[in-house]
Amino acid sequence: MSKYTLMLRESPEAFANFSPAELQAIFKRYSAWADGLRQASNLAGSQKLRDGDGRVVRRSGGRVMVTDGPFAEGKEVLGGLFVIEAGSYDEALRIANDCPHLDFGSIEVREVEILR
Amino acid sequence: MIDGFRETFAHVVATLTRILGPRHIALAEEVAQDSLVKALQMWPHEGVPANPSAWLIQVAKNRALDVLRREKWLADRSDVVAALVDAHAPAAAAGMRRFSGETITLRGEPAAVGDDDLAMIFLACHPILSREARVALTLKTVCGFGVGEIARALLSREDAIAQRLVRAKRQLRDADVRFELEPAEYALRLESALDVIYLLFNEGYAAHAGDDLIRTELCGEAIRLASLVADHPTLATPAVHALLALMLLQAARLPARVGDGAELQRLVDQDRSRWDQALIQRGMYHLDRAAAGDTLTTYHLEAGIAACHAAAARYEDTPWSRIVDLYDSLVVIKPTPIVALNRAIALSRLHGAPAGIAAIEAIAGDPALARYYLLPAAMGELMRESGDTVRAAEYFEVALECECSEPERRFLQKRLNDLRTDGRRP
Repeated sequence: MSKYTLMLRESPEAFANFSPAELQAIFKRYSAWADGLRQASNLAGSQKLRDGDGRVVRRSGGRVMVTDGPFAEGKEVLGGLFVIEAGSYDEALRIANDCPHLDFGSIEVREVEILR
Repeated sequence: MIDGFRETFAHVVATLTRILGPRHIALAEEVAQDSLVKALQMWPHEGVPANPSAWLIQVAKNRALDVLRREKWLADRSDVVAALVDAHAPAAAAGMRRFSGETITLRGEPAAVGDDDLAMIFLACHPILSREARVALTLKTVCGFGVGEIARALLSREDAIAQRLVRAKRQLRDADVRFELEPAEYALRLESALDVIYLLFNEGYAAHAGDDLIRTELCGEAIRLASLVADHPTLATPAVHALLALMLLQAARLPARVGDGAELQRLVDQDRSRWDQALIQRGMYHLDRAAAGDTLTTYHLEAGIAACHAAAARYEDTPWSRIVDLYDSLVVIKPTPIVALNRAIALSRLHGAPAGIAAIEAIAGDPALARYYLLPAAMGELMRESGDTVRAAEYFEVALECECSEPERRFLQKRLNDLRTDGRRP
């Protein structure tokens, strides 16, 4: 088994226009997906990131530059991440495929590299 | 599993509207929405907090503080800041978090339904608003429906509903109304609230074309709101109990109202074993409580009629004489052509088809009934009973040209087909 990180990105406005009943239905789908991973012991960790607080730090010509993150409307930002255990990259992809997030944004799947 | 987002949204809106004042309803809705979105994004990671409702209110308060600070509105409002920076904050975050293997209801405990929710009903039903605006605002803020859902429920367009809501909130702001209800306002505001609740129920009950699920929810919401008022020690007047009884008794028959072929089932054809006896019992209980005092409202009379039907084990047991008496009283205090038409139909059950036909002919010229399918449909039925199949068929054809719901249309078409088959028989 290897670890994979699923990085969930979405536009900050992705959920703004759903009614409470619709949000409830969406929440159920996310919960069912995450709970499924938990029950199968596929979930190694997961975090939601705070909205809109991110800045990017860079050194440029000897100076440290701090710029606001990519929060322009319409652009996708990293909203949360799941670390999962899977037998292969393809299995990790299948798990990502089942995630309801694909209806609202994108998921980047990366294997966690470890020293063999 | 988890439910209750809609009701919890309404509870957060009510709480925030009390703290911020009715001029900030739009902000209260905005931060309540934000709190649900944050729950959606956080709970799959963190689990559902032990007290989800308190958690959502805390998130909404924090958002409101952010927004109002940015708008410099809070400079001289230390009372509002104190209410937003809540002593309960740690409690909201504390406790076991649950992942949703079990069923979690966001707020099922009746104790959590507070005076704020009730005050919000009376705010949304404020008499300075038009009737349409009261209905839309109640659905949005008290029932937690989205604009699209309201449009579907009221057979209206989304932009029209959105506009109506914006205008209503502006009116409340311009009039600088208060959130708390003064005892002197009780009677007038209660009348308006009951009127809106009755309208919600009828919109749901009418079985127009449209989204069935939302319409069933409308009936459920109307009953929920009336129950809230009926539980209040001073607001629960006999009229409140009468309206609640009326809706419970009508709702009890909903499961039997559409047949296997998705056509409307008349009272005579309904499978009474499908009537919801628990709702009938609750309805009878409130009808009993409505009898306290000496007020007689239209709700009393309509509930009385509904109770006559609900108590009849078989169609043949229907007490038509009592029902006609109730209609006779109802046409006096609610002299609408629709009531008169229903009275005429009841009269035909008591005294036979010719009496019904005469009574309908007496009101047939009323312009309010010109495009109402029930008039020709009832006439067709009475003509058929009188043996005049030709005129009966003509009336059913006229009824089919009127606007009606799909189940009603299927019923009329079936009646017409049956007549034609009978007519061809040697």
